Amino acid sequence: MFDQIVAISLLNLASIPRRWGASLVIVVGIAGVVGVLISVLAMAQGFNETMNRTGRADRAIVLRGGSQAELSSTLSREAAQTIDDAPGVKKDPSGHAITSDDVVAILSLPLRQGGTTANVTLRGVGPRDAELRPEIKLIAGRLYQPGLREVIVGQSAQQQFSGIELGRKIAFRDSDWTVVGVFESPDSHASEVIADSEQVLAAYRRNLFQSVTVQLEDVSSFDRFRAFLTSDPRLSVDVKRENEYYAELSKQLGTLLTFVGYVVGGIMAVGALFGALNTMYSAVSTRTVEIATLRAIGFGATPVLISVFIEALLLSLLGAVIGAGLAWLFFNGNAVNTLSGNFTQVVFHLTVTPALALVGITWAALIGLIGGLFPALRAVRRPVVEALRGN
Amino acid sequence: MKYFPLLWSGLWRKRTRTLLTLASVTIAFLLFGLLQGVNAAFSHGVEASKLNRLYVQSRVSFTESLPIAQMTQIEAVPGVDAVSFANWFGGYYQEPKNFLPSYPIEIGRFMTVYPEMLLPPDQVEAMIKTRTGAIVGVEAAQKYGWKIGDHVPLKSAIWTHPGGSGDWDFDIVGIFDWPADRNQTNALYFNYKYFDEARSFGKGTVGWYIVHLADVSQGGRIAEQIDALFANSTDETKTQNEKEFSQSFLKQFGDINFIVSAIIGAVFFALLFLTGNTMMQSISERIPDFAVLKTLGFTDGGVLALVLGEALLLCVTAALLGLAAASAAFPAMKTFIGVAELPGQVILLGVALAILLAVVTGLPPALKVGRLAIVDSLRGR
Repeated sequence: MFDQIVAISLLNLASIPRRWGASLVIVVGIAGVVGVLISVLAMAQGFNETMNRTGRADRAIVLRGGSQAELSSTLSREAAQTIDDAPGVKKDPSGHAITSDDVVAILSLPLRQGGTTANVTLRGVGPRDAELRPEIKLIAGRLYQPGLREVIVGQSAQQQFSGIELGRKIAFRDSDWTVVGVFESPDSHASEVIADSEQVLAAYRRNLFQSVTVQLEDVSSFDRFRAFLTSDPRLSVDVKRENEYYAELSKQLGTLLTFVGYVVGGIMAVGALFGALNTMYSAVSTRTVEIATLRAIGFGATPVLISVFIEALLLSLLGAVIGAGLAWLFFNGNAVNTLSGNFTQVVFHLTVTPALALVGITWAALIGLIGGLFPALRAVRRPVVEALRGN
Repeated sequence: MKYFPLLWSGLWRKRTRTLLTLASVTIAFLLFGLLQGVNAAFSHGVEASKLNRLYVQSRVSFTESLPIAQMTQIEAVPGVDAVSFANWFGGYYQEPKNFLPSYPIEIGRFMTVYPEMLLPPDQVEAMIKTRTGAIVGVEAAQKYGWKIGDHVPLKSAIWTHPGGSGDWDFDIVGIFDWPADRNQTNALYFNYKYFDEARSFGKGTVGWYIVHLADVSQGGRIAEQIDALFANSTDETKTQNEKEFSQSFLKQFGDINFIVSAIIGAVFFALLFLTGNTMMQSISERIPDFAVLKTLGFTDGGVLALVLGEALLLCVTAALLGLAAASAAFPAMKTFIGVAELPGQVILLGVALAILLAVVTGLPPALKVGRLAIVDSLRGR
């Protein structure tokens, strides 16, 4: 039985070069499906990874009640002070609470590609930001000095926008701001421009903060911290763990990208399935006499059936590997920018992971199996005598 | 037309193969219709935009407000017909997911710069007289079941009263239509005066100005002149025409157009292979048949046309089926993209693509058949 399967399968595969055109239909069709599926899912993956890396469970972010995102939130100085002093917030050795009262504004800067302008987050942070967000690391230049109109620029922002190289001046509001440093950060802060909050407040003639981020004593002190703030009648605030806040912010786009990937990929898969059926039917029908001969000299129906399966499966897998390979080659690591929940650009990288490749290969195998099933059944159902006549 | 039965029987010779090819081409055009349709829906706002309107926003970013005192200065620029303004309100009804595009405006000014908005005169009058009055578009009114006289509480994600609450109350005094662009009727407009008096910060500022021009050709000059007025002040402006303004929003979503074209490219490449291969197979099986046709007196060109005709019939039928399916799916996507029907130009483009596909895949076998030598072919070789 097993010998028969091997014998017929080898025979089939050996004949593929003679009908390359038809076999290529499966390979190309499936490569297309898998390539598109993986590329779109890689976009969702990259976006989610970037956003999930932003924020930690042992930090909390406080916004005005009902404001959903930093940009629409406002917190007065008194409110910010109350939040800084709340119980559950970690203190540094000198006794200062490790917090940052952030001012968030939007800057319009020209994109490197196309020259049109897009929005960048300008974040004014408090004096203890370095302790609060140790993941932000300078890679060139120095930190801004308090009291000066100086900014540091995230690496991703710098890749995406022009005119913010080290030493350049950005003109906004009533003064020039000098880029004195470049930082890297594993999260969405890398798409931002950071300055001293008091300078930003002064330049924008504001006296309201957008959010307060605090370092909690530990992960479990969050409940105490939140209970204190939400029970204070002078405050109307939303308190969230930082990681949950960013996850919520990105959920919509991440879900949308995944949805688009599966819908478009699914529709394409149905198209490719018809293509695969077509190819396998014609592969079987050109070999009608051959198959009948094999049956006549004693080969069983099952080996014939399985051999057709094997052919369809191998061609599909070849297509899947090509599709996944192309997606990886062209798109893996590509920087993409889009609008995030804060109306500003967030830069992320397309990430083709082995898990995604596996999804693509599974789809291809399914298409191949279904595409091979019906033609295989037809091949073995045909009465041998009739098939031998070649009609 | 008299050759139609001949084309038909040619295609129907191998029913499974034809049906499968038809199905995969149909699927490809379904995808084309959906993607291209969504793309067209996104750029619809850009297409519908008018060049005789300029948008003045803060140069720093669109979220920064401008002082309302700038309005009289803009009005004084020669060539400016009328000026209106609006503010971003960030309103939602009951829950954040019921997001409602809502803007504080001054109704008289607003209707001068947007003559496309239709509102009965008595309702305009009521809007002016009612401090907490609001007008709502037909689609939004239908969605939430609002009618004139209703009292509607909205929440703002941005603006608070001095007490810190983000709850705002409005009385619906009118329902407007916007026949040129149905998307616009998802919005709500209310009195700026009420808004400015009741908000706790940002008083005396507006989000952006809309400038109506007497003469479109003066747009570039006037835009420059407005920006020059406020250059080097604390509130520098950026003035764009409506088209640039809506494009700048679209561009920020990343390159939707590129992604859509790339997917469609991949689909059609795969398809070209499939259809081309099917046509080749079907023709080479029928070489003796074509030789008989030639013996009967069909010219080389005639046989060539027959083969091409088959390809055309197959591709165009499939394209129409696929586009019809896409068009049927469109109403279901209305909530995501705001447009309920497949734009006409997408259908035309689809049919043109189908013809191109038929020619590219049908031509090589057609040429082969056209060049057949009768004697050799009758032998079946």
